Amino acid sequence: MRPLNVRLIIGGVTIATLIAAALLGPLLAPANPLEMTPDLLAGQSRAHPLGTDSFGRDVLSRLLYGARISLLIAGLSVLIASTGGTLLGLMSASFRGTVDWIVMRSMDVILAFPPILLAIAAVTFFGSGLVKLALVISILYTPTFARLAYGSALGVTKTEYVEAARALGGSGWHQMFRHILPNVAGPIIVQCSLSLGFAILVESGLSFLGLGVLPPTATWGRMVSESRNYVEREPLLLIWPSVAIAMAIGSFNLLGDGLRDALDPHLKGTRRRQVGARTRSDRVGALSKA
Amino acid sequence: MGGYLIRRLLAALALALAVATVVFLLLRLVPGDVVTVMLGESDPSPEKVTALRHQLGLDRPLLVQYATWLGRAVRGDFGDAFLSGRRISTDLAARIPRSLELGGIALVLAVLLGIPLGALSARRPGGALDLLVGGVAVLGLTLPSFVIGMLFVLLFGLVLHWFPATGFVDFSTDPVGHLRHVVLPAVTLALTIIPVVMRMTRASMLDTLHQDYVRTARSKGLAERTVIGKHVLRNSLIPVITVIGLQAGTLLGRIVLIEYIFNWPGLSSLLLTGVNQRDYPLVQAVVLVIAVAFVLINLLVDVAYGLVDPRIRVA
Repeated sequence: MRPLNVRLIIGGVTIATLIAAALLGPLLAPANPLEMTPDLLAGQSRAHPLGTDSFGRDVLSRLLYGARISLLIAGLSVLIASTGGTLLGLMSASFRGTVDWIVMRSMDVILAFPPILLAIAAVTFFGSGLVKLALVISILYTPTFARLAYGSALGVTKTEYVEAARALGGSGWHQMFRHILPNVAGPIIVQCSLSLGFAILVESGLSFLGLGVLPPTATWGRMVSESRNYVEREPLLLIWPSVAIAMAIGSFNLLGDGLRDALDPHLKGTRRRQVGARTRSDRVGALSKA
Repeated sequence: MGGYLIRRLLAALALALAVATVVFLLLRLVPGDVVTVMLGESDPSPEKVTALRHQLGLDRPLLVQYATWLGRAVRGDFGDAFLSGRRISTDLAARIPRSLELGGIALVLAVLLGIPLGALSARRPGGALDLLVGGVAVLGLTLPSFVIGMLFVLLFGLVLHWFPATGFVDFSTDPVGHLRHVVLPAVTLALTIIPVVMRMTRASMLDTLHQDYVRTARSKGLAERTVIGKHVLRNSLIPVITVIGLQAGTLLGRIVLIEYIFNWPGLSSLLLTGVNQRDYPLVQAVVLVIAVAFVLINLLVDVAYGLVDPRIRVA
């Protein structure tokens, strides 16, 4: 019997809880997250289970609504990045030549910027609505998906069954979607989970700097930032959103590792094999936090 | 090695040029009219608009703008800041050393702590030390840098009063005060890299420990000290060097958040001033400087890699 995949279970359950909290937020929240009350910096009470912030707003409600923003932006950006990146990677691997060169060199240029810096720059010039933020963050992670799909696809195109499909007269697109894509899907799903963690990190970082979704919308990053001047008096104002961010990032990482083990037994030693990574793309693939 | 160096150098130059082009084109992303957005008035006078448009060079063809901007940027000339009117290059020159100081100390700390901790963990995988260090490392990887920074401000600055929570004192006026101010931001930055260095060292050592030449070294009766120090650690450090180089790059991004938390007057506050005042040329200048530094670090990593590992030179 296979050993229980603990990481998959813990990661999955935590994420499911977070998503449920985000979806049910309006029902669960004890108050309107934007409503200011005269109870400034109040401690825990029946009306405010986690207390109130410096504007008298209910902290639990703000956390729940913040989860909606973080998960929505992260989900949207990873959806865009994974779809776009995978298509670009597959295209490069199928057509090779000029397409390959242009696409993959553009990805190199994106990776030449420190991620959070590129996000700050893009938001400054492009603006920061919810959809714009998701777009900006998706740009940061598109190269990762493109390279992943590109590498896996190149490996598969040389196999006999793809050659057989070609011999039978299957078109380029047919090969790509019917034979190549299913073979690169595993690593891409794993990467999706890891990227969701990164996306939440970047979103909360931008929000922390005041560059996220416009105030007074409740976001975790802004809650951390707003706790700055009151942290000595009310440390919990910093602790709650920090716990939320860490929980989201940590569980997406756990889920990613768990999925890796579950989806592809060949990949089990990946972490260790990356140690011996000698090409530039391998090393960039080992890049961790933003 | 010569051919390899030249190839890497040319690639880095091309990448730097591409990066500069992207930074130049950022101005085109601004929705609506850049000049109106920068002036920030609902109905700016036509003279003001024309003047600023001329100052930014927007009244000339795109290619001319690009060539002029690039030519000046290469010489370190980014013009004047929009609101303060100071030379951007003067501000950059004052702030780059401060950011470098933070990043440099963080890197040194990461090397001095990350490598020994990783090596010690690898000695007994699954042992008490390994589990403890590994657990703390996971925590360090999961918590965003700005959360660690805020927690440090709270714990060591405001509750324990060990170090000043935020701020900056010039080294020339008060060396001790300067060092006391540098501790918290530098340690915060270091803590974001130490787990990566430590885990890479551990994994790489475990890999190396199973190599044939290590078994040979042991079987010919060498002391464990010599085996670990001479044969295992040295050979394990190659990927660790890479990872440190890569982390030095991502550090450049993270430093923005850390400087903001600790009110450290480095490049970050200049960048955020530009962001808040919609001073686009200023933002372009800071982003370009940091991104080119990132390209440079990558080049150094490649060169170091070629020096350490002969195989890569021919690839």
